Amino acid sequence: MEPYDPFDPLDPAAPKPEAPHSRNTISTGTQAPVTRHTVSVLVQNQPGVLSRVSGLCSRRGFNIDSLAVGPTQNEDVSRITLTLQGDAAHIEQLVQQLYKLIVVQKVIVLDPRRSVERQLVLCKIRAGAAERDAVMRIVDIFRARIVDVARTTLTIELTGEDDKTQAMLGLLADYDILEIVRTGTVALQRGESTIAGGIWN
Amino acid sequence: MKLCGAAILIECLIEQGVQTLFGFPGGAVLPIYDELYKREDRISHILTAHEQHAGHAADGYARATGRTGVCLATSGPGATNLVTAIATAYMDSSPVVFLTGNVPQQLMGTDSFQEADILGITMSITKHSWLVTDVRKLAQTVREAFFIAKSGRPGPVLIDIPKDVQIAECEYEPASGQALIPNYSPDHPALQLQPYGKQLEEYKRRVTPYLERACELIQAAQRPLIYAGGGVTDAASELKALSERMDAPVANTLMGLGTIDPQSPMSLGMVGMHGTHAANIAMQRCDLLLAVGVRFSDRALGNAEAFAPGAKVIHIDLDRAEINKNVSTTLHITGHARVVLELLCERLPAQRHTDWVRQASSMRENYLQNDLFEPRNVLHALHEAAGDMTVATDVGQHQMWTAQHFPFSRPRQLITSGGLGTMGFGFGAAIGASVGTGKPVVLVTGDGSFRMNLTELSTAQHYGVPVIIVLFNNGTLGMVRQWQTLFFSKHYSQTTLDRGPDFMKLAEAYGLAGWRVQTLDAFRQAIAQALDAGRPCIVECMLGIDEMVAPMVAPGAPIDSFCLN
Repeated sequence: MEPYDPFDPLDPAAPKPEAPHSRNTISTGTQAPVTRHTVSVLVQNQPGVLSRVSGLCSRRGFNIDSLAVGPTQNEDVSRITLTLQGDAAHIEQLVQQLYKLIVVQKVIVLDPRRSVERQLVLCKIRAGAAERDAVMRIVDIFRARIVDVARTTLTIELTGEDDKTQAMLGLLADYDILEIVRTGTVALQRGESTIAGGIWN
Repeated sequence: MKLCGAAILIECLIEQGVQTLFGFPGGAVLPIYDELYKREDRISHILTAHEQHAGHAADGYARATGRTGVCLATSGPGATNLVTAIATAYMDSSPVVFLTGNVPQQLMGTDSFQEADILGITMSITKHSWLVTDVRKLAQTVREAFFIAKSGRPGPVLIDIPKDVQIAECEYEPASGQALIPNYSPDHPALQLQPYGKQLEEYKRRVTPYLERACELIQAAQRPLIYAGGGVTDAASELKALSERMDAPVANTLMGLGTIDPQSPMSLGMVGMHGTHAANIAMQRCDLLLAVGVRFSDRALGNAEAFAPGAKVIHIDLDRAEINKNVSTTLHITGHARVVLELLCERLPAQRHTDWVRQASSMRENYLQNDLFEPRNVLHALHEAAGDMTVATDVGQHQMWTAQHFPFSRPRQLITSGGLGTMGFGFGAAIGASVGTGKPVVLVTGDGSFRMNLTELSTAQHYGVPVIIVLFNNGTLGMVRQWQTLFFSKHYSQTTLDRGPDFMKLAEAYGLAGWRVQTLDAFRQAIAQALDAGRPCIVECMLGIDEMVAPMVAPGAPIDSFCLN
């Protein structure tokens, strides 16, 4: 009946409710530490799934930083990765609300220490002969790649965690950035753990 | 056997045991209405004057009977007229299957005549919804829809069927028994049925440590209080047993009224903005709150920060998402109230809290009857005549008066729009409730709400649905006026209903009996005749414009600080 409950009141490791006098988790939620969370969701692969998930997030007031979706090894199942800021109570609500969608099969909150995260950025820079070398040195340092070169522009492909992409884009800000496009974060647990296993593992 | 989509739909409804549809025809559902014409022998159809009230009727049917209601409307405006009814059912967890037609698939997305994206519009107010794109998937979709509407925490679902799918033909295989239940994961939190057999054994095993912890908390408590809501509708006897075992009084939410006998000294009445002194004060004084089948609505909580300040909270609910949503809890148990309360009762040794129970029930108001023609007395007189009849209400002052003063003695006796607070809900719901139960139903309404749904007088009259309309006419949108009096310097902006119609002439125009009363005696006589009539009629009660609902707690204030007594 109870599938699994990361906020199990009998589990000493589970996040605890606040003191009885500040019970309202919505309005006083900011007292608890707000951190960035990555949530992976397995959903049935059918039309409208993405709008069900994103619609739920917006109407319940969850501010999603990024969202990535794609099919899995099972063609009937897609995997959505959400990143958002929030405290424990906020994330608990999101997980439980997601479970109310019939299309949602499994939700896990990834532990950042035990998972790998990547996002991909394509960035087009105005770079003629004069700037090209300097830009390429930055590209090398970040182990990014040049995927298109023209007389006046360079297009860079960078993959990495959020911090790394931010750092490189920070350096490139000295140049004339023509356009940027980036995917949402995708993430997997390290080692044997899979989304089909338990939560927080 | 080869059938068209429309015929498959009707077969599937019959398969699900549907006897009555509420609806309104139109271009995009003509094939379905054609099949209904052919199957009149098996399935009856109530034609309302407006789709919204067909939706409320299906909702009222579901609330009164516990069976799934079904409502049918056409594409575009037919479908959008259902939106309020769907949202109402969603907020109060009522199982209703909404069926809409849509334009043929080749026209979808082209802004064609009477086209609306009803799936997108209703996504956030349905438990689930489907657009059927292939007639071969129709039967399975209908079976899934009925399963999902009724399983777990019930709620409305919507099936949108383009006209070409209604016309297309395919092989239809009748199903029965187990085959009617689609192959959904039994672990899906939104789809859990009440466990039985092996599943129940497994559930008991998993829930035992939580029950043990709950028993510890209950045994440590000096002033325990049970707070029971709509989730207890099917667990009234378990609630009574646990209340006795715990020796704990019971406060109800609006949706939970009727789950405990109001005559019992353990019943403290309704809690919240218009709650009783007994319930609200007990809530603030208790040291353990056992919340069952409630969602801690802001109307019940008042100020969430100051709510039940000294209490540990045990929350029992079927919907895991309700736990820690508005109020964080000491312990929660996810499961059906009936199962959890029974298991808890088995495990818990009998408790005694004589002083606390005496203290809590001493705050219960003693009703002193007098001859004034005021809502309280009218409702007591209504109860004397109506007993345990089903009572539907609209929304406003009359709704709160009914909740406060009509003693509801069984679950499903009160049919009211709690969560969404939908003015105009009552008449349709009363028609649905009466059709579903086969019995007369009382509708308590106000002149403001009744204007929103009086168009259904023709429906009640035509089908002879015995809805006894008790109309509280105070010539104002009373609840809004009350707030304007209290919080907006008596600026009665757009609330005075100094205009028609003459409700007695209206009754006459629709061929109904009507009584206008201004004294309790006249009311008693009128209601006796109305109940005898066995057909719809109106009893119009002329009330003062400044009658207020009391007690009252201002919004956002602690629920024991009353601004009106």
